[in-house]
Amino acid sequence: MTRTLGLVPAIALATALFGGTAGAQTIKIGVNEPLTGAFAASGTYVVNGAKIAADEINAKGGVLGKKIELVIEDNKSNPTEAAAVAEKLITSDKVPVLMGAWGSSLTLAVMPKLMEYETPMVVETSSSGKITTTGNPFIFRISPPSAVEAAAFKNIVDKLALKKVDFLVINNDWGRGTAEDFSKMMKDKGISIGLVETMDQGAQDMSAQLSKIKSSDSETVIVTTAVDQLTLIFKQAAALGLKKRIITTGGSQNPDQIIAQAGAAANGTMHLTTFLPWFPDKTPNPEATNYFIAEWKKRGFEFAGCTESFRGYDGIRTVAAAIEKAGKAEPAAIKAALWNINIKGLNGDIVFRKSGPEGKESGQSQPNVYLIEINDGKVEMKTL
Amino acid sequence: MSEFLQHLINMLVLGGTYALLGIGLTLIFGIMNVVNFTHGVLYTFGAYIMFIVVQQLGLNFFLALPVAVLAGWLLGAAIELTLLRPLRGSDIDTTMLVMIGAWIAMQSGTLWIWGGVAKSVATPFPEAPLVLGPVSVSWLRLFVLAAAAMLILVTYLLINKTSLGRAMRATFQDHDTASLMGVNVDMIYTSTFAIGSSLAAAAGALLGPVYVIFPQMGDLAAVKAFAIVILGGLGNITGAVIGGFILALAEELGAGYVSSGYRDAMGFLIIIAVLIFRPTGLFARAERVG
Repeated sequence: MTRTLGLVPAIALATALFGGTAGAQTIKIGVNEPLTGAFAASGTYVVNGAKIAADEINAKGGVLGKKIELVIEDNKSNPTEAAAVAEKLITSDKVPVLMGAWGSSLTLAVMPKLMEYETPMVVETSSSGKITTTGNPFIFRISPPSAVEAAAFKNIVDKLALKKVDFLVINNDWGRGTAEDFSKMMKDKGISIGLVETMDQGAQDMSAQLSKIKSSDSETVIVTTAVDQLTLIFKQAAALGLKKRIITTGGSQNPDQIIAQAGAAANGTMHLTTFLPWFPDKTPNPEATNYFIAEWKKRGFEFAGCTESFRGYDGIRTVAAAIEKAGKAEPAAIKAALWNINIKGLNGDIVFRKSGPEGKESGQSQPNVYLIEINDGKVEMKTL
Repeated sequence: MSEFLQHLINMLVLGGTYALLGIGLTLIFGIMNVVNFTHGVLYTFGAYIMFIVVQQLGLNFFLALPVAVLAGWLLGAAIELTLLRPLRGSDIDTTMLVMIGAWIAMQSGTLWIWGGVAKSVATPFPEAPLVLGPVSVSWLRLFVLAAAAMLILVTYLLINKTSLGRAMRATFQDHDTASLMGVNVDMIYTSTFAIGSSLAAAAGALLGPVYVIFPQMGDLAAVKAFAIVILGGLGNITGAVIGGFILALAEELGAGYVSSGYRDAMGFLIIIAVLIFRPTGLFARAERVG
């Protein structure tokens, strides 16, 4: 019996040793995304985009003469899991840098772990303002916080002649943060704010909230949530005969999926988005955009996923550029190098500026924001 | 006023499907005493059957419903035969753990087969809603309400008016006596679980086209089903139906007039209130203990 028991640690040790040698030939990048749970679809898109970047970089010889290796973990759309997964990636897989964690609540849950283990993370999707304003110097965000979205939207509210708006937002840091930032901007513009309704992240029936909004005296509803709930909201709003203008924010709308699933109910809706895969020539980096879209299609993924997956692609290229600049795959060096990179992302130059309390600033890049409208089942661009 | 009427209409439509979810679970959880964590997955399964039959095979929408019910019945029977029958007589914790395992495995299975991207099912109903004065409701939802009412009625008659129903009630009242009276107890267990499962699949098949279909859609549905069963009293079909409508009303009015952030908390609040004030459920008959 003693002998059998002794064998197990021996095997574990051997595996660890062999695993260790194999690992030294690659540079690991931790990827912390929701692959199951409410945000499974979006997280999977981001991971697939990340893989395209990794393959492209490796085909060109890798980074510092080594191939990069994505260590992908599923945070199950659950903040507790997101923190656990980050810890596992850092302590057990020994990744020097992370990318993640899609949702704002997920990213916020990971942030204390980054402080604890002094490991930087590139945030590719989350848009809650809190992420870059609470003083976590290990955060480098390439997606726009909702205040940046609100600021970009500011220029168009006059053209849309908004008078009074209601909000229907997902009940988490992302949704509530957006309602706050957009309300602030709109109040400055003299637009009055009506109802602020919330919905649970897994909720499927929003008829009650929409009925309430239907009887309010506003003419526009700002909706913030992921694509699946948006589809439901458009269908249910149509069924209730809600005739208000709907504008969505957050960049996780996948307009093509909405068109496919909500059909006519999606017509007339407007969306603030951060990537224009429909009009590659109008993006800041047409060549890279065309390459990415071609590669995405070649791998047999749905075109609808491009508006999410480009974040994974840009995120990994950001991380790789930082490792190259650092000259070594160590957390502190990568963190320092992230401040000095300047790469062409699919949605504008990725350059980190300081954000948050002095002395422990987070990095925030300033991506572009566009407004699109769905008309007759097609995506049209609105100029901001 | 028009907002209130709209909330009431929403409540009717939502309540019908909640009732359907509730009676399926009350048969299994209330009568068989199995804490059935696979109920939500069977709901998801029914919705995916709809997706396969309508979207992938291109067959008729109305034909897909009985297919989903039958598929749910078969899957339920399979779960009972392979997982529950070998465990008969073991304590409730063991069964519960096995059912949790089955839930996770089956949910991951749906994610593996169909992926995480939500699917939608085209329906033969017009997109423009039926407008009645200040309120409007979609034709699809009216159909769902009618179909749910019909399924509830059929189940009620099955349990109360047929010899199978009588044998079921006898078995769960006193397993040994029923067996001595010549009831095939094993068969009763399997059919009860299969009927409950087919009702969950029916609810998923009806609601899949109303909402969107994705692997985790059953989780919230299962939580609500448990709330309804506890509210109506374990094993009480009429209680489950009324419980379904009460939950829908609480959610609609809670979201409409209290706070939409607490909408899905209503189910839990109801469970807590019922457990404190009427632990046997609102509609349970007085029971002799011991």
